[in-house]
Amino acid sequence: MTTIKYSDQDYSLNDNESVLECLERHGVAIPFGCRKGVCQSCMMKSVEGTPTAVSQGGLKPTLQDQGYFLSCICKPETDLGVTLADASALPKVTAKVVEKTALNEHIIRLRIAPDSQLDYKPGQFINLHHNNITRSYSLASIQSEEFLELHIERLPNGLMSGWIHDDVCVGDNITIDGPHGDCYYLNNKPEQNLLLVGTGSGLAPLWGIARDAIAQGHRGEIHIFHGSRNADKLYLVDELKALSQQHEQVHYTPCASGESVPEGITAGRANAIALATHPSLSHWRIYLCGHPAMVNETKRKAFLSGASLQEIYADAFEIAADTKT
Amino acid sequence: MSTLYEKLGGEAAVDAAVDIFYRKVLADDRINQWFEGIDMERQAAKQKAFLTMALGGPNNYSGKDMRDAHAHMVAKGLGDADFDAVVENLGATLKELGVSDELIGEAAAIVETTRNDVLGK
Repeated sequence: MTTIKYSDQDYSLNDNESVLECLERHGVAIPFGCRKGVCQSCMMKSVEGTPTAVSQGGLKPTLQDQGYFLSCICKPETDLGVTLADASALPKVTAKVVEKTALNEHIIRLRIAPDSQLDYKPGQFINLHHNNITRSYSLASIQSEEFLELHIERLPNGLMSGWIHDDVCVGDNITIDGPHGDCYYLNNKPEQNLLLVGTGSGLAPLWGIARDAIAQGHRGEIHIFHGSRNADKLYLVDELKALSQQHEQVHYTPCASGESVPEGITAGRANAIALATHPSLSHWRIYLCGHPAMVNETKRKAFLSGASLQEIYADAFEIAADTKT
Repeated sequence: MSTLYEKLGGEAAVDAAVDIFYRKVLADDRINQWFEGIDMERQAAKQKAFLTMALGGPNNYSGKDMRDAHAHMVAKGLGDADFDAVVENLGATLKELGVSDELIGEAAAIVETTRNDVLGK
């Protein structure tokens, strides 16, 4: 008898029954749509055991990697522990601030050491909690580093970013949870070319992803385009240049879209320059992080330039509405 | 007798068709305004369901689903010309994949049966 464990309850699975049908039969309501393994409304996450290959077939590789599956077409033969896909409330963890450095006038680098080790992929994000507010920040560090690294841009009236910039000191404890998200490097196609486009602190996940790809032995080209309105808001310029000198496969293009662009910086928007430089993106993998309008527009254009949707990883940095007045 | 869906190669054929079809639709200035500002992954999943249906594969769409899903666009003027453009993009997609004119005609005939529901007639 196969058992489905959900929310601390065991449910027995009938012959030829899907996880969705089993939970429904026991009175558990799970969101669903097509019931044919297409619409992804009924996506769940396996936390114990392995979902069937069929039930993961149409999902992004990084979702498969994390155990997500479609419950309407998953008929497991072994026990499975499952949660709703959006039951992402992970336990909160305390982390000590071990370094706080200004990367430029607007962005600081915060390095924190959590009390218990966090099993994460560079490019995923964590949530920071402070005074009943929660904000998400991407992980720029890689696993071999003994800290988590965040790049925090000061937003106008930003409750969290203002607190971190003004009040948080080395030695302080902060509260986090995570990791979350599917925007990270997966070593399943080491020859594939990667296109990484970020604006502002959208560089944080890309800095993690690029170094993670190299650490995992990626052999294809890695093209990094980082953009900002003014060149003085770019950061890690020397580090990225050094990375491209150390690794022949890495190409770095800093971009500024405002007026009076200094030498060594390409004039224009990072996404426009990236797409013009690489007009055919068939078989490429794309990572887009930063300003939501940039991310969404570039996602559409990269798709029209031949990239498969399954290969486009996008992380739009939405800005919370409840900043203080 | 095997269905058109089976003749064309089932789910793998639909997977190959989705990207091509969706790309054509997004690039088509006659109809791409209907696809602006929506979640691309969700839309691609819907396109896959649509193509599966068009090819006679397993689907759960009812006339009422089609009506409800498109009602907000019909209210904004979605009409026969838009429907025709989608059918044309479907034909071009299948042609690109090497499907015979005869089978493309069969797919178009299946899609045609949804016209009144999609357009709220």
